[in-house]
Amino acid sequence: MKLPETIRAAFVIARRDFAATVFSKTFLLFLLGPLFPIGLGFIFGGIGAQVEKTANPPAIAVVSSKADFELLEAARRRFLPLGDDRPLVQLGRVDPEPDAAAQRLRLMTSAEEPILGVLEGGLANPHFTGAVTADGRTVRQVNLFVEEARRIKAEFPVPSLPIEVTLTRTSSGSVAFARNLTARAGQTILFVLTILLAGMLLSQLIEEKSNKVIEVLAAAVPVDSIFLGKLFAMLAMSLVGITVWTSAGAAAIAIYAKGGLAALPPPAVGWPAFLLFILLYFSMSYLLIGATFLGIGAQASTVREVQTLSMPVTMSQVILFGVASLGVGKPNGAEAIGAAIFPLTSPFAMVARAAEQEALWPHLVAFAWQVLWVALILKFAAAIFRRSVLKSGPARRWPWQRRKLA
Amino acid sequence: MGERAIAAEARDLVKDFDGKRAVDGVSLTVPEGSITGILGPNGAGKTTCLRMMLGIIDPTSGNRTLLGRDRPLDAAREVGYLPEERGLYPAMPSAEAIAFMGALRGLPIAEGRRRALELLKERGHEDWAKRPIRTLSKGMAQTVQLLGTIIHRPRLIVLDEPFAGLDALNQEKLEQLIRDQAAAGVTVIFSTHVIAHAERLCERVAIIAEGKSVFEGAVDEARGRLRPIVHLRTRAEDGPWRAAIPDAAKKVGGEWRFELPGTGPEPLLKALIDGGAGIETLSIERPGLHDAFIAIAGEAAARAMGHAPAEAEAA
Repeated sequence: MKLPETIRAAFVIARRDFAATVFSKTFLLFLLGPLFPIGLGFIFGGIGAQVEKTANPPAIAVVSSKADFELLEAARRRFLPLGDDRPLVQLGRVDPEPDAAAQRLRLMTSAEEPILGVLEGGLANPHFTGAVTADGRTVRQVNLFVEEARRIKAEFPVPSLPIEVTLTRTSSGSVAFARNLTARAGQTILFVLTILLAGMLLSQLIEEKSNKVIEVLAAAVPVDSIFLGKLFAMLAMSLVGITVWTSAGAAAIAIYAKGGLAALPPPAVGWPAFLLFILLYFSMSYLLIGATFLGIGAQASTVREVQTLSMPVTMSQVILFGVASLGVGKPNGAEAIGAAIFPLTSPFAMVARAAEQEALWPHLVAFAWQVLWVALILKFAAAIFRRSVLKSGPARRWPWQRRKLA
Repeated sequence: MGERAIAAEARDLVKDFDGKRAVDGVSLTVPEGSITGILGPNGAGKTTCLRMMLGIIDPTSGNRTLLGRDRPLDAAREVGYLPEERGLYPAMPSAEAIAFMGALRGLPIAEGRRRALELLKERGHEDWAKRPIRTLSKGMAQTVQLLGTIIHRPRLIVLDEPFAGLDALNQEKLEQLIRDQAAAGVTVIFSTHVIAHAERLCERVAIIAEGKSVFEGAVDEARGRLRPIVHLRTRAEDGPWRAAIPDAAKKVGGEWRFELPGTGPEPLLKALIDGGAGIETLSIERPGLHDAFIAIAGEAAARAMGHAPAEAEAA
């Protein structure tokens, strides 16, 4: 059968599969599924931020004279600019009582004013008691406050002169860092999408096998067309999903991230080309890994067998992602080039390259290389299916078997 | 066969499955416009032969051509196939399923949908059009699949055990459909283990037993392998007339049965009358395909198909 006829037949199969999937009730769940964690993330993130805003920062009780406490407070104020993400511990003064031990115990167990610990002994002989880690954040802050308070008391405070700042758009370090980040983000997106969507191809022929439709299909079109059609139907279905999820993601970024995409580190090839590459490399990754899964899944005759295959297949994807990520940050290194050449990791490696290097010609070569491998894997998978499932063709024999037969 | 073109041809087809020979050198010639039956008990290799001829599987050795093409799938657009194990997508509406089967074989989907409605309407089943296959009975689904087999107006139709699972009424309808297709010039090949269908429909038969082709030719040729059977009842128990009947003649329930001698009926009649047989009844029965099948494929094959030899039946 000629190539145009193979493609025409694949289109017939793809159209049926696409319609059967997209127009099913479960497809809505498929579309909404990935939006649940995003939505929940935003809801709980918002709640968490609200809780953090409204909750009082941790406090310690300072049993000291008023003078010592004012020095400690002054020291604390100096460090306030460092407490952007998490506020510094708060200090509360308490007058010393005759029974220090009883006072400490009362402060530590007070339900009305909960505290992390008690600082006693003034600046001369400070001693901290509290339910904290010995070298943890609270103790380190208290140490800094005490040291700074002593410096202030000794009248050798470091003058707080603001540094003059000159801003530039980029520096070599910031560009490399940003591109590295984008490369990893691109690879991660590709990996997550592929792992979410390509696994479905494992079970693609189970329906046809269990309904005996495979016989009707195999009598009318080449097995290559069946595989190709199924692969493209699932790719098209995945792209519908990605369009929905990307739109939701873009809306979320527009709402929650200041400046939208512009706020993210720019890739080497620029955002429009990079987004296009993500889409294209996702398609290639889907076709390459999907063709392999389709071939493996076609050997299974029951849903149980497919389920058993799911775990090793997912693990293999994780390994592929791991191998491809080795080359991030070193686009001309052996790891990156090796990953770009190995067909199944090539899309991951090339999307990272798009983030890190401006050159476009390697992408043309990579696409041609990946398309070739999709065709080869499909051809091989179809041949294996014909031989092992349809039991087609002359039996393959090892040399010693041939000798025995002779 | 005269000058008729060949629609399908198989030469020495062999198929091994996991070292076991399922088909062993089957040859078959199907003239264009004919109805050809492939007869044989279950497991004889009929389905495997059809699958090889259609290109679903490749033979271990041997050659086949389908509508003049060495690679059967190249002729797919002109072939319709109803497999033994019917296969349809359960969620697909019936008309869509018919159109899809046509689309697989090159018929544009819009045209397929139009023809599907037309075919359903012709048969009074227009209410099936939007019903998903899963809501149809087995017989209804089989009809849908059969319509899907002919939707693209093929030149050759291959039906594997098409009568299996159909009630008498639907079997009759299917026989008529096969006759109509043949009348329209379509070549029909069907496999069956029910000889009666082949006898009523077929111009040619191929008999397959244990993977081997034991006969291939016209139905009359198969019948011609047997001599007509004489059924004779006489008033006289014995006498000179006994010399006129062969030694191998058997008496079953007061009736003599024997093959008509090569000299023909007239000398036999004369000898019986002259010998004082006192003929009560005498009939000459032309052998049916059933008898020919037993003679050709053997009693074991006949029993495997659920057909006991005539004598055993009588006994």
